[in-house]
Amino acid sequence: MGSTITEKILAEHCGKKVVKAGEFVEPKVDIVLSNDVTAPLAIKEFRKIGTKKIFNRNRLVLVMDHFTPNKDILSAEHIKFVREFAKEQKIKHYYEGGNVGVEHVLLPEKGIIASGEVIIGADSHTCTYGALGAFSTGVGSTDVAAAMATGKIWLKVPNSIKFILKGKLGKWVSGKDIILYIIGLIGVDGALYNSMEFTGPLCKKLTMANRFTIANMAIEAGGKSGIFIPDEITEEYMAERRQKNYKFYTSDKDAKYIKTIEIDCSKILPQVSMPFLPSNTKAVKNIKKTYIDQVVIGSCTNGRIEDLRIAASIIKRGKKINSNIRTIIIPATPEVYSQALNEGLLKIFTDAGAIISAPTCGPCLGGHMGILASGEKCVSTTNRNFVGRMGHIKSQLFLASPAVAAASSIKGYIATPDMI
Amino acid sequence: MSEMILRGKVHKYGSNINTDEIIPARYLNTTEAAILAKYCMEDIDKNFVKNVKQGDIIVAENNFGCGSSREHAPIAIKAAGVSAVIANSFARIFFRNSINIGLPILESTEAVKAINNSDIIEINLNQGIIRDITKNKIYKSQPFPEFMQEIIKSGGLLKYIK
Repeated sequence: MGSTITEKILAEHCGKKVVKAGEFVEPKVDIVLSNDVTAPLAIKEFRKIGTKKIFNRNRLVLVMDHFTPNKDILSAEHIKFVREFAKEQKIKHYYEGGNVGVEHVLLPEKGIIASGEVIIGADSHTCTYGALGAFSTGVGSTDVAAAMATGKIWLKVPNSIKFILKGKLGKWVSGKDIILYIIGLIGVDGALYNSMEFTGPLCKKLTMANRFTIANMAIEAGGKSGIFIPDEITEEYMAERRQKNYKFYTSDKDAKYIKTIEIDCSKILPQVSMPFLPSNTKAVKNIKKTYIDQVVIGSCTNGRIEDLRIAASIIKRGKKINSNIRTIIIPATPEVYSQALNEGLLKIFTDAGAIISAPTCGPCLGGHMGILASGEKCVSTTNRNFVGRMGHIKSQLFLASPAVAAASSIKGYIATPDMI
Repeated sequence: MSEMILRGKVHKYGSNINTDEIIPARYLNTTEAAILAKYCMEDIDKNFVKNVKQGDIIVAENNFGCGSSREHAPIAIKAAGVSAVIANSFARIFFRNSINIGLPILESTEAVKAINNSDIIEINLNQGIIRDITKNKIYKSQPFPEFMQEIIKSGGLLKYIK
């Protein structure tokens, strides 16, 4: 019986030849991540252990991205607390202020994550790094505290579900549409506790940006991780960004999957997840005309340069943002911001009447920088549309790709790009 | 292991109760359990905090605690006085966080199906037995591996590893 890529990565990090799904293991972790929401709790817990120094000052990454630029006094105090800890522990990767970006876009961009690694993060979207062929999963603050002391994590080796992606993507269809479609198909607990392994002929053609978007939302189907088998496209990305050695793993032909799902992606049309679950997915063309109040383009799901390029191409064609719509564009990192500036994308956005925000998670979790009032509707390229996610419990959030979000900002209702 | 018995009134909910509903992000600028408890379940049941009594038990359907990694969610539930959560299934990060902070959780579809809101129930954690006092019925849940039960009884992961 062969092994999946996930079993192989975990076995290597446990110093074992083989580990199998269902086994409890305690692998070494390569990178431990926490942010301004989860790190204060993790640091408090770490202090209780009584260990003075963290296991490795180069392997803890602290990114102050959720409530920054500091939204209120309590948040500012939290961040000050984390900053002081980072200084005391001489943390190499502490990000705040001018170098901060949305963590799951920032870490791969900086080469902090390498293929074949084990990464844990006190942020549910830590599963994003599976796009590089790493085992990467979200945990809580206490897990991070324990890992800060020991450099290890307890886990159950997950079963894997194989998604074979086939066909050719239609115009304006992206990784976001694929993953929304999949979540609609299997439900918000369709991959509970499992690893979602994405494979098939279409995967080889997907850009890294699309792979990050797909792996990012594995958690919205309940997945422990999402993972792609690394290939030439991964190689190219890693070669450009790496700070360290990386290792490519692959699944054996006779590896065991609890389920295999084939998806003909040619059939996928631009998608939208209706309130209040990411699994309430429909093709945009099949919903009734829905007027909106706000559009958000950004986040760890869709705040990359590729996303902004698509949005800009549509907004440029439409010339002006609809006067009823507040459109908030959030380049995910300083690098994305500066690239968008150099390519003239920011000018297209501001000329059309959009707002450009500093890199932040901000509105995605209803933190700040774009909160909704009761009764308001928003099309967002983010990842969750639960009750009250972006503000008032009577507001509504519609999840979509940057292309659909951009088209909707021009039209004033949920629209597809071919309507522009 | 010594016996661990929990008893309280049931607050029943449906599927996919998520971390945004358990503790909305607008309260995540604190880590104080007592403050978080004041807003527990606010976006799904604004009367929860008013109604909940020490020892009460939440019973819910599928995928309880889905969403964010925020440990503030089980912390808020525990600090609000809830002694245990029973569900058909738990989202995995919420599951970890609950074990790690010492909030007892149990999976039992038969219990979830039969138990009604406001029933008084009693849980024997070691044996995974749920007794509905109101209905005079008994349900089984799958007991967790012993090391997880020990973590819960120690009051959380860090107290356990110390």
